Amino acid sequence: MSDVAIVGIGMHSFGRHDDLSGMEQGAIAVRRACADAGVAWDDVEFAIGGSRDAGQPDKMVPMLGLTGLPFQNVINGCATGGSALISAYNTIKAGAGDLGIVIGFDKHGRGAFVPSTPPSGGRDWYGGSGLALTTQFFAMKINRYMQQHGISRRALARVAAKAFRNGAKNPMAWRRREMSEDEILEAPMLSYPLTQYMFCSPGEGAVALVLCRADRAGRHARRPIFLDAAVIRSRRFGSFEVLAPSLAIEDGVGPTVDASRAAFEQAGIGPEDVALAQLQDTESGAEIMHMAENGFCHDGEQEAMLEAGETEIGGRFPVNTDGGCIANGEPIGASGLRQVYENVLQLRGDAGVRQVGGDPKVAYTHVYGSPGISGVTILSR
Amino acid sequence: MARISIDDAVLDISGGEPRLLGSRCRACGTHTFPVQSGCVRCSGDDMETVRLGTRGELWAWTVQAFPPKAPPYLGDTDRSTFEPYGVGYVQLPEVRVEARLTEARPEHLKNGMEMELALVPLATDDDGNEIVTFAFAPSGGAT
Ligand SMILES: [Zn+2]
Repeated sequence: MSDVAIVGIGMHSFGRHDDLSGMEQGAIAVRRACADAGVAWDDVEFAIGGSRDAGQPDKMVPMLGLTGLPFQNVINGCATGGSALISAYNTIKAGAGDLGIVIGFDKHGRGAFVPSTPPSGGRDWYGGSGLALTTQFFAMKINRYMQQHGISRRALARVAAKAFRNGAKNPMAWRRREMSEDEILEAPMLSYPLTQYMFCSPGEGAVALVLCRADRAGRHARRPIFLDAAVIRSRRFGSFEVLAPSLAIEDGVGPTVDASRAAFEQAGIGPEDVALAQLQDTESGAEIMHMAENGFCHDGEQEAMLEAGETEIGGRFPVNTDGGCIANGEPIGASGLRQVYENVLQLRGDAGVRQVGGDPKVAYTHVYGSPGISGVTILSR
Repeated sequence: MARISIDDAVLDISGGEPRLLGSRCRACGTHTFPVQSGCVRCSGDDMETVRLGTRGELWAWTVQAFPPKAPPYLGDTDRSTFEPYGVGYVQLPEVRVEARLTEARPEHLKNGMEMELALVPLATDDDGNEIVTFAFAPSGGAT
């Protein structure tokens, strides 16, 4: 058994909320998580919060009560939520706190993220030249992968259609309209081979998780879910990463492969033990590649797996049961914690019409983002 | 009206043909683009600035079909006149470089095809100078 348990979860729905700041959504998620765990805000010994664009997380304490608790802010790109969770996990493991809360929230403007540029003395040559868009990276990576491993454009559409189908079953999701594979394939091409509906959009939302020492989990109302592994990795020489003006000529593995292997080692299990997974789907090709990078199949097997519906909620290995980033959008600070929230629901048996059958016991999350960082968690009950 | 590089520290157009500037690690020989002070491979800090090769093979590609946001983008962002452009990694002898491609038609792009360095105009500055950036074009002049 792990040292750390998740005993409460709270979420503010993802999407567009013009009447609420990102931080207000965060505070709502905190209240829901505390209520779920059966604890008062005053019982929380420490907090770790993450947000990219919606303000410094600890500024939310006046909305919750000024209890004087230590509150640390984490920012780590798309792995912000995962990094906050790891910090809380390590705090409890180190004996520096018994009961803590992790909060991720965000609120981004419309359209693609404004490109960032690597440091250089002169004019902004990278963004100025029309490079430095994350969409370009994801398109180039899947385009190359499709040619190398025989993945079809139909497979890309299958992933997106599944995301909207699962999102339609999720009251917390942003995009809840089912869409046919043909509608997805015929939508405007944003970055070849990816069309508009294959990409996720920056959005809004919040998630909070109450964590405690595993040996005290029984004091809380909910069936505890154990955090068996929480790992992040940055990129190594030779990997193919987002926003990279150049790449090494030799090929190495990416941070997802490294994080996944480390997480399985930490949990003492292998991919065959995992019942379901939430995998970073910035666009549909990312979900396909991340299935292999996380060890759940070999390169190229995704084509047949998708055709057979193996990653559907009712399939052999459900992936992105809540609709993933494609249906939920990506509020950066909250996105990784949304995956954990969904897995807690699934392992508790509380996922309603999205519930995965077969009484799942182990569930997996994976985030990937700029500038080449991956975070993985493994949960069990 | 003069033609000026988007950044002389990245793209040198002062000679007869344009050249990209990168760094070479004197300890392990690894190259980076653009110039940087430390080595991505061996962590060494003894780097020299070098001119990278101008020919290579297309390694990965896509097509940018919508106008990027400005700033930072210096080129045309008007949706009614925007022309899609290719984006790819070209494997030079030293390193794989990310760049615009002069070819934007998917059926004319293929990994492994021979590419050579070219210049594309982006904008005109306040003094009437034409700002250019680097791109790769299919070898043999096809554009
Ligand atoms: Zn070196």
